[in-house]
Amino acid sequence: MANPNKEDTPITMDVFTAGIWKENPVFVMMLGLCPVLAVTNSVENSLAMGLASIFVLVCSNALVSALRNFIPKQVRITTYIIIIATFVTLVDYIIQAISLDLYNKLGAFIQLIVVNCLILGRAEAFASKNSFGKSVISALGMGLGFTLALVMLGGVRELLGAGQLLGYQVFSLNFQPWIVMILPPGGFIVLGSWLLLINYFEQRKTGKLVAEDSASHCTVSQPRS
Amino acid sequence: MDNAPENEPNKVPPLPSSISLISTLGVVAMLSGFLVVLVYEYTKPIIAENQRLATERAIFKVLPKASSRLTFVIKDGQIKLADDKTKGELIYAGYDAKNNFVGLALNAAEQGYQDIVKLLYGYQPDTGCITGYDVLKSTETPGFGTKIATDEQFLANFNCLDATVNQEQSGLINVIKTVRHGSKNNPWEIDAISGSTITSNAVGRMFNKSGQALHPTINKNLDLLKSAKQQRGDHGQSK
Repeated sequence: MANPNKEDTPITMDVFTAGIWKENPVFVMMLGLCPVLAVTNSVENSLAMGLASIFVLVCSNALVSALRNFIPKQVRITTYIIIIATFVTLVDYIIQAISLDLYNKLGAFIQLIVVNCLILGRAEAFASKNSFGKSVISALGMGLGFTLALVMLGGVRELLGAGQLLGYQVFSLNFQPWIVMILPPGGFIVLGSWLLLINYFEQRKTGKLVAEDSASHCTVSQPRS
Repeated sequence: MDNAPENEPNKVPPLPSSISLISTLGVVAMLSGFLVVLVYEYTKPIIAENQRLATERAIFKVLPKASSRLTFVIKDGQIKLADDKTKGELIYAGYDAKNNFVGLALNAAEQGYQDIVKLLYGYQPDTGCITGYDVLKSTETPGFGTKIATDEQFLANFNCLDATVNQEQSGLINVIKTVRHGSKNNPWEIDAISGSTITSNAVGRMFNKSGQALHPTINKNLDLLKSAKQQRGDHGQSK
């Protein structure tokens, strides 16, 4: 049986917000990069993939958490895969029912959510060890963080690659689109640029905190005159 | 006593019985099957309606003069009136407000750069012309292969692409083929898009394949296609 070793800790705001930024699945944990690079050539595709991933992540984590005391350890991964594949199949039908155009644009990447390591990773590392409510809230935060990262990439790529945002022309018609941005190399370039920027600000923030910390220590240790 | 497990680190916990493992997987699989069937049954008519609307939109796009249409199926060299759910090679005949035949919409598909590209194209049997198409499915490279839907120079190939049937009614007089950008000399040639040769070639191949297979049968049964709407009166799908 799964080991319920973290169930006693209360549900805090941090459970929800950690996945959005501090433990962002893309920018911090570098999980699920295949769809991140593949479908983020427009904001619309990014949003659709993000929402589909949130649905699968929340539903599969909820079910894994609800069944965690009944799933023997030996068959847990198989069970998680069945559960994840079920919700991916559901989301596949639902997207077809909502919009065939969108379904055709996303192509095989909807089905490939099954092998997104973020979803299986959260099922194994979090949902199988935590209460139902906590797992759902954490999955929602992680899903939103994943969607945020997808939209951040999709926004830059669509803007530079087509001069548009959500299909609306932003740059003048004279703007020569950077086609490379909506091609696979553009995914790597934009992801790398975002990582560079985020890490730069993180390091600056950490440096400032360290400087403030040492400054306050110095002030305290100064002898009174 | 409490420290007993730590003192025996090599002790392996007992395995649960096989029945327990199988029953867990069985229950989860049953739950999974139930959910999939539930959603499948609920979304099936909606998806079918979406597909019908997409086909309808494409038919009236490639046959702009049509105000209504009938569906036919080609089977064993014969053309029969059918409905959209019929299995087999479906073709769509368009008719104007006076029930006069205005052309056909036919399906074509071929392997592109990424995946299969599916088109619906307009065909005028009287002139033997392919007169435009609509992309039903394409996952080609953005900015390159996707140009088959937007590149005006490429689309100009299909103002009247020659797909005339030979006298023996066994195939096309000329093989439809894609040629290098800027080297088109004949009305049955397609001027490729510079930079997306693979998708341009796929379009040429699919029109040739579809033309060789369907156009002779259509020509043999043209009278049936032209008179079907007048015989049926106002029945059929309207715009």
